[in-house]
Amino acid sequence: MTASAVIHADGVCVRYGETLALDGVDLRVDPGAVHGLIGMNGSGKSSLFKALMGLVALDAGTIRLFGADPAAARRAGRVSYTPQSEDVDWGFPVSVADVVLMGRYGHMGWRRKAGADDRRAVDAALERVELTALRDRQIGELSGGQKKRAFVARALAQGAELLFLDEPFAGVDKRSEQTITDVLRELAAAGRTIVVSTHDLIAVPRLCDRVTLINRRIVDTGAPDAMLVPERLAEAFGGFVPQEALVLHARAEVSA
Amino acid sequence: MTEWLTDPLQFEFMQRALLVAVVVGIVCAILSCWLTLLGWSLMGDAVSHAVLPGVVLSYVVGLPFAVGAFLFGAGSVGLIGGLNRTSRIKEDAAIGVVFTGLFALGLVLVSVIPSQTDLFHILFGNVLGVSDADIYQVVGLGLAVLVVLLALRRTLVLYAFDPVHAHAIGISPRRMEMLLLGSLAVTVIVALQAVGIVLVVAMLITPGATAYLLADRFDRMLAISIAVGVLSTVLGTYLSYHLDASTGGCIVCVLAALFVVTYLFSPRHGLLARRRPRPRSAIESTGPAARPVPGGRAR
Repeated sequence: MTASAVIHADGVCVRYGETLALDGVDLRVDPGAVHGLIGMNGSGKSSLFKALMGLVALDAGTIRLFGADPAAARRAGRVSYTPQSEDVDWGFPVSVADVVLMGRYGHMGWRRKAGADDRRAVDAALERVELTALRDRQIGELSGGQKKRAFVARALAQGAELLFLDEPFAGVDKRSEQTITDVLRELAAAGRTIVVSTHDLIAVPRLCDRVTLINRRIVDTGAPDAMLVPERLAEAFGGFVPQEALVLHARAEVSA
Repeated sequence: MTEWLTDPLQFEFMQRALLVAVVVGIVCAILSCWLTLLGWSLMGDAVSHAVLPGVVLSYVVGLPFAVGAFLFGAGSVGLIGGLNRTSRIKEDAAIGVVFTGLFALGLVLVSVIPSQTDLFHILFGNVLGVSDADIYQVVGLGLAVLVVLLALRRTLVLYAFDPVHAHAIGISPRRMEMLLLGSLAVTVIVALQAVGIVLVVAMLITPGATAYLLADRFDRMLAISIAVGVLSTVLGTYLSYHLDASTGGCIVCVLAALFVVTYLFSPRHGLLARRRPRPRSAIESTGPAARPVPGGRAR
Protein backbone atom coordinates (compact mmCIF):
# COMPACT_ATOMS: atom_id res chain seq x y z
CA MET A 1 0.00 0.00 0.00
CA THR A 2 2.66 2.50 0.97
CA ALA A 3 6.19 2.87 -0.27
CA SER A 4 7.41 2.10 3.25
CA ALA A 5 6.20 -1.52 3.16
CA VAL A 6 8.66 -3.85 4.93
CA ILE A 7 7.83 -6.71 2.58
CA HIS A 8 7.01 -5.97 -1.01
CA ALA A 9 6.46 -9.07 -3.16
CA ASP A 10 5.33 -8.73 -6.75
CA GLY A 11 4.11 -11.54 -8.97
CA VAL A 12 6.16 -14.18 -7.14
CA CYS A 13 6.12 -17.65 -8.73
CA VAL A 14 7.95 -20.62 -7.23
CA ARG A 15 8.10 -23.92 -9.05
CA TYR A 16 9.41 -27.29 -7.82
CA GLY A 17 9.93 -29.34 -10.95
CA GLU A 18 6.48 -29.61 -12.52
CA THR A 19 4.61 -28.30 -9.47
CA LEU A 20 3.74 -24.62 -9.27
CA ALA A 21 3.86 -23.90 -5.52
CA LEU A 22 3.26 -20.14 -5.75
CA ASP A 23 1.43 -18.57 -8.66
CA GLY A 24 1.78 -14.81 -8.99
CA VAL A 25 1.78 -13.84 -5.32
CA ASP A 26 1.60 -10.13 -4.50
CA LEU A 27 2.12 -9.24 -0.85
CA ARG A 28 2.65 -6.00 1.08
CA VAL A 29 3.39 -6.09 4.77
CA ASP A 30 3.55 -2.80 6.63
CA PRO A 31 5.77 -2.12 9.65
CA GLY A 32 4.50 -2.29 13.22
CA ALA A 33 2.07 -5.12 12.68
CA VAL A 34 1.65 -8.84 13.15
CA HIS A 35 0.73 -10.36 9.82
CA GLY A 36 -0.73 -13.88 9.68
CA LEU A 37 -0.32 -16.17 6.70
CA ILE A 38 -3.06 -18.76 6.73
CA GLY A 39 -3.54 -21.74 4.47
CA MET A 40 -3.79 -25.48 4.59
CA ASN A 41 -0.83 -27.84 4.14
CA GLY A 42 0.45 -27.57 0.59
CA SER A 43 -1.09 -24.11 0.16
CA GLY A 44 2.31 -22.57 -0.53
CA LYS A 45 2.58 -21.03 2.95
CA SER A 46 6.02 -22.43 3.60
CA SER A 47 7.10 -21.83 0.00
CA LEU A 48 6.21 -18.16 0.46
CA PHE A 49 8.21 -18.14 3.71
CA LYS A 50 11.17 -19.68 1.92
CA ALA A 51 10.87 -17.22 -0.94
CA LEU A 52 10.74 -14.24 1.45
CA MET A 53 13.78 -15.64 3.30
CA GLY A 54 15.66 -16.09 0.04
CA LEU A 55 15.87 -19.87 0.46
CA VAL A 56 14.31 -20.79 -2.89
CA ALA A 57 14.92 -19.31 -6.31
CA LEU A 58 11.99 -17.35 -7.74
CA ASP A 59 10.61 -18.56 -11.05
CA ALA A 60 9.19 -15.10 -11.67
CA GLY A 61 8.53 -11.91 -9.73
CA THR A 62 10.51 -9.78 -7.29
CA ILE A 63 10.84 -9.49 -3.52
CA ARG A 64 12.09 -6.39 -1.72
CA LEU A 65 12.66 -6.22 2.04
CA PHE A 66 12.85 -2.73 3.58
CA GLY A 67 12.72 -1.38 0.03
CA ALA A 68 15.99 -3.05 -0.95
CA ASP A 69 17.61 -6.34 -1.87
CA PRO A 70 16.65 -9.04 0.69
CA ALA A 71 20.28 -10.18 0.95
CA ALA A 72 21.28 -6.73 2.23
CA ALA A 73 18.58 -6.90 4.93
CA ARG A 74 19.83 -10.35 5.98
CA ARG A 75 23.44 -9.24 6.14
CA ALA A 76 22.43 -6.25 8.27
CA GLY A 77 20.85 -8.62 10.81
CA ARG A 78 17.35 -7.20 10.29
CA VAL A 79 15.72 -10.57 9.55
CA SER A 80 15.12 -13.46 11.94
CA TYR A 81 13.52 -16.85 11.49
CA THR A 82 11.93 -19.17 14.04
CA PRO A 83 11.81 -22.70 12.64
CA GLN A 84 9.11 -25.34 12.95
CA SER A 85 9.86 -27.88 15.67
CA GLU A 86 10.26 -30.73 13.16
CA ASP A 87 13.14 -28.88 11.51
CA VAL A 88 15.32 -28.76 14.63
CA ASP A 89 17.74 -31.47 15.84
CA TRP A 90 16.76 -31.41 19.53
CA GLY A 91 19.62 -33.74 20.49
CA PHE A 92 22.22 -31.16 19.38
CA PRO A 93 24.77 -30.42 22.15
CA VAL A 94 23.83 -26.78 22.79
CA SER A 95 22.26 -25.13 25.82
CA VAL A 96 19.25 -22.81 25.81
CA ALA A 97 21.59 -19.84 26.34
CA ASP A 98 23.83 -21.05 23.46
CA VAL A 99 20.83 -21.02 21.12
CA VAL A 100 19.80 -17.51 22.17
CA LEU A 101 23.41 -16.32 21.80
CA MET A 102 23.34 -17.49 18.16
CA GLY A 103 20.92 -14.61 17.57
CA ARG A 104 23.86 -12.29 18.29
CA TYR A 105 26.29 -13.88 15.80
CA GLY A 106 25.51 -11.30 13.13
CA HIS A 107 26.66 -8.57 15.54
CA MET A 108 29.98 -10.27 16.38
CA GLY A 109 33.30 -10.54 14.57
CA TRP A 110 34.19 -13.53 12.39
CA ARG A 111 35.20 -15.65 15.39
CA ARG A 112 31.78 -15.00 17.03
CA LYS A 113 33.27 -14.14 20.42
CA ALA A 114 30.54 -12.80 22.70
CA GLY A 115 31.06 -9.39 24.29
CA ALA A 116 29.33 -7.76 27.27
CA ASP A 117 26.59 -6.33 25.00
CA ASP A 118 25.86 -9.77 23.62
CA ARG A 119 25.60 -11.31 27.09
CA ARG A 120 23.29 -8.54 28.27
CA ALA A 121 21.05 -9.05 25.22
CA VAL A 122 20.90 -12.80 25.88
CA ASP A 123 20.09 -12.28 29.58
CA ALA A 124 17.32 -9.79 28.77
CA ALA A 125 15.81 -11.99 26.07
CA LEU A 126 15.79 -15.06 28.36
CA GLU A 127 14.22 -12.98 31.12
CA ARG A 128 11.48 -11.72 28.78
CA VAL A 129 10.40 -15.22 27.73
CA GLU A 130 10.74 -16.51 31.32
CA LEU A 131 13.49 -19.03 30.63
CA THR A 132 16.25 -17.60 32.83
CA ALA A 133 16.05 -20.54 35.24
CA LEU A 134 16.41 -23.03 32.40
CA ARG A 135 19.24 -21.29 30.52
CA ASP A 136 21.81 -24.04 31.10
CA ARG A 137 19.55 -26.91 30.06
CA GLN A 138 20.35 -28.75 26.86
CA ILE A 139 17.87 -27.40 24.30
CA GLY A 140 16.05 -30.74 23.89
CA GLU A 141 15.30 -30.94 27.62
CA LEU A 142 12.65 -28.22 27.35
CA SER A 143 8.94 -28.74 26.78
CA GLY A 144 7.43 -27.89 23.38
CA GLY A 145 6.33 -24.42 24.49
CA GLN A 146 9.64 -23.66 26.21
CA LYS A 147 11.52 -24.62 23.05
CA LYS A 148 9.47 -22.14 21.02
CA ARG A 149 10.11 -19.46 23.63
CA ALA A 150 13.84 -20.13 23.39
CA PHE A 151 13.75 -19.46 19.64
CA VAL A 152 11.64 -16.32 20.15
CA ALA A 153 14.31 -15.21 22.64
CA ARG A 154 16.92 -15.73 19.92
CA ALA A 155 15.01 -13.32 17.65
CA LEU A 156 14.73 -10.85 20.57
CA ALA A 157 18.46 -11.03 21.30
CA GLN A 158 19.17 -10.46 17.63
CA GLY A 159 17.10 -7.28 17.69
CA ALA A 160 15.59 -8.24 14.35
CA GLU A 161 13.20 -5.80 12.71
CA LEU A 162 11.43 -8.41 10.62
CA LEU A 163 10.56 -11.69 12.35
CA PHE A 164 9.35 -14.78 10.55
CA LEU A 165 7.74 -17.44 12.76
CA ASP A 166 6.76 -20.78 11.26
CA GLU A 167 3.85 -22.39 13.16
CA PRO A 168 4.76 -20.77 16.49
CA PHE A 169 1.86 -22.39 18.36
CA ALA A 170 2.16 -25.98 17.16
CA GLY A 171 2.53 -28.24 20.22
CA VAL A 172 2.68 -25.26 22.59
CA ASP A 173 1.03 -25.06 26.03
CA LYS A 174 -1.32 -22.18 26.95
CA ARG A 175 1.21 -20.34 29.10
CA SER A 176 3.85 -20.34 26.37
CA GLU A 177 1.27 -19.29 23.79
CA GLN A 178 0.32 -16.34 26.02
CA THR A 179 3.96 -15.32 26.57
CA ILE A 180 4.79 -15.56 22.87
CA THR A 181 1.65 -13.60 21.90
CA ASP A 182 2.50 -10.86 24.44
CA VAL A 183 6.10 -10.63 23.21
CA LEU A 184 5.06 -10.38 19.58
CA ARG A 185 2.40 -7.75 20.36
CA GLU A 186 5.02 -5.68 22.23
CA LEU A 187 7.42 -5.93 19.32
CA ALA A 188 4.72 -4.83 16.87
CA ALA A 189 3.85 -1.90 19.15
CA ALA A 190 7.53 -0.94 19.05
CA GLY A 191 7.43 -0.80 15.25
CA ARG A 192 8.81 -4.24 14.40
CA THR A 193 7.20 -6.38 11.73
CA ILE A 194 6.15 -9.94 12.43
CA VAL A 195 5.03 -12.54 9.91
CA VAL A 196 3.48 -15.69 11.32
CA SER A 197 2.44 -18.74 9.37
CA THR A 198 -0.17 -20.78 11.15
CA HIS A 199 -3.14 -23.03 10.74
CA ASP A 200 -4.17 -22.47 14.36
CA LEU A 201 -7.10 -20.15 13.63
CA ILE A 202 -8.14 -19.78 17.26
CA ALA A 203 -4.95 -17.90 18.11
CA VAL A 204 -5.16 -15.57 15.12
CA PRO A 205 -7.62 -12.82 16.26
CA ARG A 206 -5.64 -12.08 19.44
CA LEU A 207 -2.27 -12.16 17.68
CA CYS A 208 -2.67 -10.73 14.19
CA ASP A 209 -3.47 -7.24 12.92
CA ARG A 210 -3.82 -8.45 9.39
CA VAL A 211 -4.33 -11.81 7.78
CA THR A 212 -3.52 -13.11 4.34
CA LEU A 213 -5.30 -16.23 3.11
CA ILE A 214 -3.19 -18.20 0.71
CA ASN A 215 -3.94 -21.09 -1.62
CA ARG A 216 -1.10 -21.09 -4.15
CA ARG A 217 -2.21 -17.53 -4.95
CA ILE A 218 -3.34 -14.86 -2.52
CA VAL A 219 -7.04 -15.44 -1.77
CA ASP A 220 -7.50 -12.21 0.18
CA THR A 221 -5.86 -9.90 2.71
CA GLY A 222 -7.59 -7.98 5.45
CA ALA A 223 -8.42 -7.63 9.13
CA PRO A 224 -8.80 -10.96 10.97
CA ASP A 225 -12.58 -10.66 11.51
CA ALA A 226 -13.11 -9.97 7.82
CA MET A 227 -10.95 -12.92 6.79
CA LEU A 228 -11.88 -15.58 9.34
CA VAL A 229 -15.41 -16.04 8.03
CA PRO A 230 -16.63 -19.32 6.57
CA GLU A 231 -16.97 -18.01 3.00
CA ARG A 232 -13.40 -16.67 2.81
CA LEU A 233 -11.90 -19.67 4.57
CA ALA A 234 -13.73 -22.06 2.27
CA GLU A 235 -11.95 -20.38 -0.63
CA ALA A 236 -8.58 -20.65 1.08
CA PHE A 237 -9.11 -24.21 2.22
CA GLY A 238 -10.43 -25.46 -1.11
CA GLY A 239 -14.12 -25.71 -0.18
CA PHE A 240 -13.48 -27.23 3.23
CA VAL A 241 -14.27 -25.04 6.25
CA PRO A 242 -12.06 -25.89 9.24
CA GLN A 243 -13.87 -26.66 12.51
CA GLU A 244 -12.13 -23.82 14.36
CA ALA A 245 -13.50 -21.33 11.84
CA LEU A 246 -17.07 -22.24 12.73
CA VAL A 247 -16.23 -21.87 16.43
CA LEU A 248 -14.69 -18.45 15.83
CA HIS A 249 -17.63 -17.40 13.72
CA ALA A 250 -20.15 -18.52 16.32
CA ARG A 251 -18.22 -16.58 19.00
CA ALA A 252 -18.25 -13.44 16.89
CA GLU A 253 -22.03 -13.77 16.32
CA VAL A 254 -22.67 -14.14 20.05
CA SER A 255 -20.59 -11.14 21.06
CA ALA A 256 -22.05 -8.96 18.29
CA MET B 1 54.76 -50.42 32.70
CA THR B 2 57.08 -47.42 32.33
CA GLU B 3 59.35 -49.52 30.14
CA TRP B 4 56.37 -50.55 28.06
CA LEU B 5 55.95 -46.86 27.26
CA THR B 6 59.58 -45.69 27.16
CA ASP B 7 61.35 -48.59 25.48
CA PRO B 8 59.85 -48.02 22.02
CA LEU B 9 60.84 -44.34 22.18
CA GLN B 10 64.52 -45.15 21.72
CA PHE B 11 63.71 -45.92 18.09
CA GLU B 12 63.45 -42.92 15.82
CA PHE B 13 60.74 -44.57 13.74
CA MET B 14 58.56 -44.85 16.86
CA GLN B 15 59.07 -41.18 17.73
CA ARG B 16 57.98 -40.22 14.23
CA ALA B 17 55.07 -42.63 14.34
CA LEU B 18 53.83 -41.20 17.63
CA LEU B 19 54.12 -37.63 16.35
CA VAL B 20 51.99 -38.55 13.34
CA ALA B 21 49.60 -40.49 15.58
CA VAL B 22 49.02 -37.48 17.85
CA VAL B 23 48.42 -35.09 14.94
CA VAL B 24 46.05 -37.54 13.23
CA GLY B 25 44.21 -38.18 16.50
CA ILE B 26 43.63 -34.49 17.16
CA VAL B 27 42.62 -33.40 13.66
CA CYS B 28 40.31 -36.32 12.96
CA ALA B 29 38.68 -35.95 16.37
CA ILE B 30 37.89 -32.27 15.79
CA LEU B 31 36.34 -32.83 12.38
CA SER B 32 34.46 -35.91 13.55
CA CYS B 33 32.33 -33.77 15.90
CA TRP B 34 30.74 -31.99 12.93
CA LEU B 35 30.50 -35.10 10.80
CA THR B 36 28.64 -36.88 13.63
CA LEU B 37 26.23 -34.00 14.23
CA LEU B 38 25.56 -33.41 10.52
CA GLY B 39 25.09 -37.09 9.72
CA TRP B 40 27.91 -37.01 7.16
CA SER B 41 29.55 -40.33 8.11
CA LEU B 42 28.91 -41.87 4.70
CA MET B 43 30.47 -38.80 3.10
CA GLY B 44 33.64 -39.41 5.14
CA ASP B 45 33.71 -43.00 3.93
CA ALA B 46 33.25 -41.84 0.34
CA VAL B 47 36.00 -39.22 0.35
CA SER B 48 38.49 -41.55 2.02
CA HIS B 49 38.02 -44.25 -0.62
CA ALA B 50 37.88 -41.85 -3.55
CA VAL B 51 41.41 -40.54 -2.93
CA LEU B 52 43.06 -43.82 -3.97
CA PRO B 53 43.51 -43.06 -7.69
CA GLY B 54 44.81 -39.60 -6.73
CA VAL B 55 47.48 -41.11 -4.47
CA VAL B 56 48.63 -43.53 -7.18
CA LEU B 57 48.72 -40.89 -9.93
CA SER B 58 50.68 -38.50 -7.66
CA TYR B 59 53.42 -41.07 -7.28
CA VAL B 60 53.45 -41.63 -11.05
CA VAL B 61 53.74 -37.92 -11.82
CA GLY B 62 56.13 -37.32 -8.92
CA LEU B 63 53.95 -34.90 -6.98
CA PRO B 64 53.39 -35.00 -3.21
CA PHE B 65 50.64 -37.56 -2.70
CA ALA B 66 48.53 -34.94 -0.94
CA VAL B 67 47.99 -33.08 -4.23
CA GLY B 68 46.41 -35.98 -6.08
CA ALA B 69 44.53 -37.12 -3.01
CA PHE B 70 42.99 -33.67 -2.55
CA LEU B 71 41.99 -33.40 -6.21
CA PHE B 72 40.24 -36.74 -6.14
CA GLY B 73 38.75 -36.21 -2.66
CA ALA B 74 37.29 -32.82 -3.60
CA GLY B 75 36.37 -34.14 -7.03
CA SER B 76 34.34 -36.96 -5.50
CA VAL B 77 32.41 -34.45 -3.38
CA GLY B 78 31.65 -32.44 -6.51
CA LEU B 79 30.59 -35.53 -8.45
CA ILE B 80 28.27 -36.69 -5.66
CA GLY B 81 26.64 -33.26 -5.38
CA GLY B 82 26.34 -32.98 -9.16
CA LEU B 83 24.83 -36.43 -9.56
CA ASN B 84 22.36 -35.66 -6.80
CA ARG B 85 21.28 -32.36 -8.37
CA THR B 86 21.05 -33.46 -11.97
CA SER B 87 19.30 -36.82 -11.65
CA ARG B 88 16.62 -38.49 -9.57
CA ILE B 89 19.28 -40.58 -7.81
CA LYS B 90 19.12 -40.09 -4.03
CA GLU B 91 22.18 -38.96 -2.15
CA ASP B 92 23.22 -42.25 -0.54
CA ALA B 93 23.10 -43.98 -3.92
CA ALA B 94 25.13 -41.15 -5.49
CA ILE B 95 27.75 -41.58 -2.75
CA GLY B 96 27.85 -45.33 -3.24
CA VAL B 97 28.24 -45.13 -7.00
CA VAL B 98 30.94 -42.44 -6.98
CA PHE B 99 33.23 -43.75 -4.27
CA THR B 100 33.22 -47.39 -5.35
CA GLY B 101 33.86 -46.29 -8.93
CA LEU B 102 36.84 -44.14 -7.98
CA PHE B 103 38.19 -46.73 -5.54
CA ALA B 104 38.00 -49.37 -8.27
CA LEU B 105 39.82 -47.06 -10.66
CA GLY B 106 42.54 -46.72 -8.03
CA LEU B 107 42.85 -50.50 -7.69
CA VAL B 108 43.22 -50.85 -11.47
CA LEU B 109 45.87 -48.12 -11.57
CA VAL B 110 47.87 -49.73 -8.76
CA SER B 111 47.84 -53.07 -10.52
CA VAL B 112 48.84 -51.84 -14.00
CA ILE B 113 51.29 -49.07 -13.14
CA PRO B 114 54.66 -50.37 -12.03
CA SER B 115 55.67 -48.19 -9.09
CA GLN B 116 57.18 -48.14 -5.66
CA THR B 117 53.78 -47.64 -4.14
CA ASP B 118 52.78 -50.44 -1.88
CA LEU B 119 49.04 -50.91 -2.16
CA PHE B 120 48.98 -52.50 1.24
CA HIS B 121 50.44 -49.36 2.84
CA ILE B 122 47.89 -47.08 1.17
CA LEU B 123 44.99 -49.30 2.11
CA PHE B 124 46.02 -50.10 5.66
CA GLY B 125 48.44 -47.34 6.63
CA ASN B 126 52.13 -47.45 7.43
CA VAL B 127 52.69 -45.16 10.34
CA LEU B 128 55.83 -47.02 11.44
CA GLY B 129 57.47 -46.27 8.09
CA VAL B 130 56.67 -42.60 7.47
CA SER B 131 59.28 -40.59 5.59
CA ASP B 132 60.38 -37.03 6.41
CA ALA B 133 58.37 -35.66 3.50
CA ASP B 134 55.28 -37.48 4.76
CA ILE B 135 55.74 -36.03 8.23
CA TYR B 136 55.96 -32.46 6.91
CA GLN B 137 52.78 -33.03 4.91
CA VAL B 138 50.88 -34.56 7.81
CA VAL B 139 51.92 -31.96 10.36
CA GLY B 140 51.51 -28.98 7.99
CA LEU B 141 48.11 -29.97 6.66
CA GLY B 142 46.94 -31.15 10.08
CA LEU B 143 47.81 -27.84 11.72
CA ALA B 144 46.09 -25.89 8.94
CA VAL B 145 42.81 -27.80 9.37
CA LEU B 146 43.06 -27.57 13.14
CA VAL B 147 43.50 -23.79 13.16
CA VAL B 148 40.71 -23.15 10.65
CA LEU B 149 38.16 -25.44 12.34
CA LEU B 150 38.88 -24.19 15.85
CA ALA B 151 38.83 -20.52 14.84
CA LEU B 152 35.51 -20.90 13.01
CA ARG B 153 33.98 -23.45 15.36
CA ARG B 154 31.10 -21.28 16.59
CA THR B 155 29.99 -20.41 13.08
CA LEU B 156 30.29 -24.06 12.06
CA VAL B 157 28.20 -25.13 15.05
CA LEU B 158 25.55 -22.60 14.06
CA TYR B 159 25.62 -23.97 10.50
CA ALA B 160 25.25 -27.55 11.73
CA PHE B 161 22.47 -26.67 14.18
CA ASP B 162 20.37 -24.23 12.17
CA PRO B 163 21.53 -23.43 8.61
CA VAL B 164 18.36 -21.40 7.99
CA HIS B 165 19.20 -19.03 10.83
CA ALA B 166 22.76 -18.78 9.48
CA HIS B 167 21.31 -17.81 6.12
CA ALA B 168 18.88 -15.34 7.74
CA ILE B 169 21.72 -13.40 9.37
CA GLY B 170 23.84 -13.31 6.23
CA ILE B 171 26.19 -16.28 6.85
CA SER B 172 26.36 -18.47 3.75
CA PRO B 173 25.52 -22.10 4.65
CA ARG B 174 26.95 -23.09 1.27
CA ARG B 175 30.34 -21.64 2.21
CA MET B 176 30.33 -23.41 5.57
CA GLU B 177 29.49 -26.66 3.79
CA MET B 178 32.36 -26.19 1.34
CA LEU B 179 34.71 -25.40 4.21
CA LEU B 180 33.79 -28.60 6.04
CA LEU B 181 34.02 -30.71 2.89
CA GLY B 182 37.42 -29.19 2.05
CA SER B 183 38.59 -29.92 5.60
CA LEU B 184 37.29 -33.47 5.18
CA ALA B 185 39.38 -33.99 2.04
CA VAL B 186 42.53 -32.64 3.75
CA THR B 187 41.91 -34.60 6.96
CA VAL B 188 41.54 -37.83 5.01
CA ILE B 189 44.99 -37.19 3.52
CA VAL B 190 46.44 -36.60 6.98
CA ALA B 191 44.84 -39.72 8.44
CA LEU B 192 45.80 -42.02 5.55
CA GLN B 193 49.34 -42.20 6.93
CA ALA B 194 48.23 -43.61 10.23
CA VAL B 195 45.38 -45.97 9.49
CA GLY B 196 45.09 -46.25 5.71
CA ILE B 197 42.17 -45.69 3.36
CA VAL B 198 40.01 -48.53 4.64
CA LEU B 199 40.02 -47.44 8.27
CA VAL B 200 40.16 -43.64 7.91
CA VAL B 201 36.42 -43.44 8.26
CA ALA B 202 36.69 -44.88 11.79
CA MET B 203 38.90 -41.95 12.79
CA LEU B 204 36.39 -39.56 11.20
CA ILE B 205 33.33 -40.90 13.00
CA THR B 206 34.06 -42.81 16.19
CA PRO B 207 35.75 -40.07 18.30
CA GLY B 208 32.84 -37.67 17.68
CA ALA B 209 30.23 -40.39 18.15
CA THR B 210 31.84 -41.42 21.46
CA ALA B 211 32.01 -37.82 22.67
CA TYR B 212 28.38 -37.24 21.64
CA LEU B 213 27.34 -39.96 24.09
CA LEU B 214 29.14 -38.11 26.88
CA ALA B 215 28.55 -34.40 26.30
CA ASP B 216 25.58 -32.03 26.03
CA ARG B 217 27.70 -28.99 25.11
CA PHE B 218 29.68 -28.64 21.92
CA ASP B 219 32.95 -27.46 23.48
CA ARG B 220 32.92 -30.38 25.92
CA MET B 221 32.15 -32.75 23.08
CA LEU B 222 35.15 -31.35 21.19
CA ALA B 223 37.48 -31.84 24.18
CA ILE B 224 36.30 -35.40 24.84
CA SER B 225 36.55 -36.26 21.15
CA ILE B 226 40.16 -35.04 21.02
CA ALA B 227 41.02 -37.05 24.14
CA VAL B 228 39.46 -40.18 22.63
CA GLY B 229 41.21 -39.62 19.30
CA VAL B 230 44.68 -39.08 20.77
CA LEU B 231 44.36 -41.88 23.33
CA SER B 232 43.43 -44.38 20.64
CA THR B 233 46.07 -43.37 18.10
CA VAL B 234 48.88 -43.32 20.69
CA LEU B 235 47.80 -46.45 22.58
CA GLY B 236 47.12 -48.21 19.27
CA THR B 237 50.60 -47.37 17.99
CA TYR B 238 52.19 -48.77 21.19
CA LEU B 239 50.07 -51.91 21.01
CA SER B 240 51.06 -52.39 17.40
CA TYR B 241 54.75 -52.16 18.39
CA HIS B 242 54.49 -54.59 21.28
CA LEU B 243 52.17 -57.08 19.59
CA ASP B 244 53.89 -56.70 16.22
CA ALA B 245 50.41 -56.20 14.75
CA SER B 246 48.83 -53.90 12.14
CA THR B 247 49.03 -50.31 13.43
CA GLY B 248 45.83 -49.12 11.76
CA GLY B 249 44.06 -52.19 13.08
CA CYS B 250 45.28 -51.62 16.65
CA ILE B 251 44.32 -47.94 16.59
CA VAL B 252 40.79 -48.62 15.38
CA CYS B 253 40.34 -51.52 17.81
CA VAL B 254 41.19 -49.21 20.73
CA LEU B 255 38.83 -46.61 19.31
CA ALA B 256 36.01 -49.12 18.94
CA ALA B 257 36.61 -50.44 22.47
CA LEU B 258 36.37 -46.89 23.88
CA PHE B 259 33.12 -46.43 21.99
CA VAL B 260 31.60 -49.66 23.29
CA VAL B 261 32.51 -48.82 26.89
CA THR B 262 30.96 -45.37 26.48
CA TYR B 263 27.87 -46.76 24.78
CA LEU B 264 27.30 -49.05 27.75
CA PHE B 265 28.33 -46.85 30.65
CA SER B 266 27.87 -43.20 29.66
CA PRO B 267 26.23 -41.57 32.71
CA ARG B 268 23.45 -39.85 30.77
CA HIS B 269 23.20 -41.40 27.33
CA GLY B 270 24.61 -44.89 27.92
CA LEU B 271 22.59 -48.07 27.51
CA LEU B 272 22.61 -48.80 31.25
CA ALA B 273 21.68 -45.24 32.20
CA ARG B 274 18.76 -45.32 29.77
CA ARG B 275 17.24 -48.25 31.61
CA ARG B 276 16.75 -46.07 34.66
CA PRO B 277 13.70 -43.82 34.60
CA ARG B 278 14.55 -40.41 33.22
CA PRO B 279 12.80 -37.05 33.53
CA ARG B 280 9.84 -36.80 31.17
CA SER B 281 11.14 -33.71 29.44
CA ALA B 282 14.27 -35.57 28.39
CA ILE B 283 12.35 -38.44 26.86
CA GLU B 284 10.02 -36.45 24.61
CA SER B 285 12.97 -34.75 22.98
CA THR B 286 13.74 -37.22 20.23
CA GLY B 287 12.58 -37.05 16.69
CA PRO B 288 13.77 -36.71 13.14
CA ALA B 289 15.30 -33.42 12.17
CA ALA B 290 16.21 -31.80 8.91
CA ARG B 291 19.94 -31.50 8.55
CA PRO B 292 22.08 -30.00 5.88
CA VAL B 293 23.16 -32.59 3.36
CA PRO B 294 26.50 -32.21 1.58
CA GLY B 295 26.14 -31.36 -2.07
CA GLY B 296 22.38 -31.54 -1.64
CA ARG B 297 19.76 -29.49 -3.37
CA ALA B 298 19.69 -25.76 -2.69
CA ARG B 299 18.16 -24.98 0.65
